Amino acid sequence: MTLDQARSVPSRRALLKGGLLGAAAAAVGASSARAASGESVITEVQDWNRYPGDGVDARPYGKPSQFEADVVRRNVPWLTSDPISSVNFTPLHELDGIITPSGLCFERHHAGIAEIEPGSHRLMINGLVDQPLVFTMADLKRFPRENRVYFLECAANSGMEWRGAQLNGCQFTHGMVHCVMYTGVRLKHLLDEAGVKSSAKWLLAEGADASAMTRSIPLEKALDDCMVAFGMNGEALRPEQGYPLRLVVPGWEGNMWVKWLRRLEIGDQPWEQREETSKYTDLLANGKARRFTWVMDVKSVITNPSPQAPITHGKGPLVLTGLAWSGNGTISRVDVSIDGGRNWKTARIDGPSLPLALHRFYYEFDWDGSELFLQSRAVDEKGFVQPTKDQLRSARGPNSIYHNNGIQTWYVGTNGVIENVEIS
Amino acid sequence: MSRFRKWGLAGSAFVAIASFAIASPNQPAKTEPTERGKPRVGRVATPDEVRAWDIDVRPDGLGLPAGRGTVSAGQAIYDAQCASCHGDFGEAIGRWPVLAGGQGTLEADRPEKTIGSYWPYLSTVYDYVRRAMPFGNARSLSDDDVYALTAYLLYLNDIVDDENFELSKETFTSVKLPNEPNFIDDDRVREPYYADKSPPCMNDCKPGKAAIKMHAAVLDVTPEAGDKGETPKSGIE
Ligand code: HEC
Repeated sequence: MTLDQARSVPSRRALLKGGLLGAAAAAVGASSARAASGESVITEVQDWNRYPGDGVDARPYGKPSQFEADVVRRNVPWLTSDPISSVNFTPLHELDGIITPSGLCFERHHAGIAEIEPGSHRLMINGLVDQPLVFTMADLKRFPRENRVYFLECAANSGMEWRGAQLNGCQFTHGMVHCVMYTGVRLKHLLDEAGVKSSAKWLLAEGADASAMTRSIPLEKALDDCMVAFGMNGEALRPEQGYPLRLVVPGWEGNMWVKWLRRLEIGDQPWEQREETSKYTDLLANGKARRFTWVMDVKSVITNPSPQAPITHGKGPLVLTGLAWSGNGTISRVDVSIDGGRNWKTARIDGPSLPLALHRFYYEFDWDGSELFLQSRAVDEKGFVQPTKDQLRSARGPNSIYHNNGIQTWYVGTNGVIENVEIS
Repeated sequence: MSRFRKWGLAGSAFVAIASFAIASPNQPAKTEPTERGKPRVGRVATPDEVRAWDIDVRPDGLGLPAGRGTVSAGQAIYDAQCASCHGDFGEAIGRWPVLAGGQGTLEADRPEKTIGSYWPYLSTVYDYVRRAMPFGNARSLSDDDVYALTAYLLYLNDIVDDENFELSKETFTSVKLPNEPNFIDDDRVREPYYADKSPPCMNDCKPGKAAIKMHAAVLDVTPEAGDKGETPKSGIE
C-alpha cells in the first residue's frame, strides 16, 4: 500500500493502524445490531470510503477504471488469415458523445504496427514539383497548425452484411469508424514549399510500414482539405494510428488516410495501386466494377440498445442513442423508427454538429415491453438520405463489399435481448 | 473525373510528355537546375534518396526499372517464396489471398477476384510484389526477380502459355489484363435513392407489420458467447 511507503509520515501511519482496528470493531458492532433496511452500498461504510487510494505517482499515464476492462477493441479472428494483416473494431456500444478515445479507435493494418522513432522519420515530396523536399518531424511543426474533428470510416465497414445479417453487435457491423480531433498541417502548405508544377493532377501517398501502403488522391482534394497529422485528441498519434505521421483525407474512405506517412509524390495520372484496383473497387451485379469511390456516404446506426447492449431495465423510460455521419458534410437530421420503418420520429442531435465528423443522436421513449424493430435513418446537408440495404442490393448486387451504408435493423425481444435481423 | 480516364491514343502522347517531365526529379541535379532557392523549411532531397523510395510503377510503364525475367525463372522463385501462402497454382492456402483463376466469375454468386479475372493493370502486380511481398520480408526481391514473378503470375492466370515468355522493361506495357475495360467511374449519385432528394416518408411508409426475414448468421462474435455460429465464406478484403 502506498501509505506504507517510506514517504508516509509516522503520524499518518499510526493513524491508519488505528483506522484498521476501528474497522474491525465496527464490523463486530454492526453484526450484532439489527440489519439496516436498504442497500448495503449505502448502509455500510465501503472500503473506498474509509481507506485512501493510490497517490498521484501510481498512474503517471492514466488508464480507464479496472471496471471498464470489457470496453476494448475486438476482432473476428476468422475474417482474416493473420492478425498482422487484419482489423479490429471500435466498441461503439460502450461509447457516447462524438469523440472516440484514442486507444479504442479501430485498427486496420496490412503489415502490422510499424514502430518508428520520430527522429528517424522523414516525409519526402517528389515528382512534378520544382524541387523534391525532405522534412523531419521537427520541420513539419514549423508550418501553421490546425485542429479538426473528423470521422474516419473504412470503406469495408458493414461489408460483411451485404448478403444479409451476419454479425451480432454494432461493434462488428459498424465498428470500423472512429472520430478524433487531429492536429497537423494542411497539405497545401507543404506542397507550396515544394512548388507543384502546372501539369500536376494527382498525388500518391505512401506509408513507411512493411506494406508500404499507397493510394492515389486527386490533387484538387489534396489541396482542399487534406492534412498531415501528428496529433490526435491532443497528444501524439497512437502507433496503431500511424505514429508519428498520418494523412487525413476528410470524408473519404479510411484506406486513403495513409498511416506512417513517409512520401507524397505528385503526378499527372493515378498510379492504379493494388489498394485502388484489386481492393477498394466495388463490383456490381453486371460484372462491372466502380473505381475511385472515395466519398463515404451518409450513414447512421443505433449503438444503444444493440445486441451487445441489451435492455436490462424492463419497461418504462428508455434512452436510445446512436451515431450518424456523412462524407458530404454535416448531418442535418436523423429519424428513428421502432416499428421497422413504418413510422419515423426525428431524433435529437446533441453535441457539436461538425462537418465530416460523427454526430450523436438521442431518442427517448417509454418502452411498453413489446417487440421492437429499431432503425435509424440519417439525412445529410446535401439532402442525401441513407438508403435501405434492399435498395443498395437492388442497385449493386451482393458483391460490392465496400460502401454498405444501408439502414440497420435491431430486433428487440420482450425480454430485452437484441438481435441483428433483416425484415420485410 | 473523365479527364483522368483518357487511356487512348491522345493519352499516350500526353504520357510521353509526362514521362519526360516526371522522370526529371529522379536526377534533378543533373538535368534540371532548380529555379527555386533554398526551401524555408526542410531540405532538398538527393537523387539517391528519391530513387530509394520512389519505386511506384504506373500502367503506362513509368517507374519500371531496367531488368527482365522469364516464366520459368519466376516459377522457381514462386515455389520457394510464395507458394506456402498463395498455393502452388495461386489457388491460396486457407484464407491467404488467391492469385489465379476465377475468370468468368465476376457476375457469379461468389465471384473470385484475381489478377487474371479482376485486376485491370499488370503494372499493379509489379508494383505491389516489389513493395510488399513476400509477406514478412518486403523489399527483399531483386528487380529481375519481380519481372520473373510477374511473368509467372501471368502464366498461372493463363494470360501467357509459354514457359520461355520473358517480361522486361521494354516489353512490359504490351501485356494487357483482360478485365481492364470493366472498370467504370463512380456513379453512385445516379442511383435512384441518391438521385431522388425528396424528403423521406415519415408515416405509414410500409404496409403491414415488420416480420423477420433473416437472423444474424454468426452469433459467436463476442468471446463470451458460445460457438453457435457458422463461418461465412468470405472475409474482409
Ligand atoms: C506469409 C504468407 C505470404 C507469402 C509467403 C507471400 N504472400 Fe503475397 N500476400 C500475403 C498476404 C497476407 C497478402 C495480403 C496483404 C494485405 O492484407 O494487404 C498478400 C497479397 C499478395 C498479392 C495481392 C493479392 C490481391 O488480390 O490483392 C500478390 C500479387 C501477392 N501477395 C504476391 C506474392 C508473391 C509474388 C509472393 C512471393 C514472392 C508472395 N505473395 C508471398 C501473404 C503472403
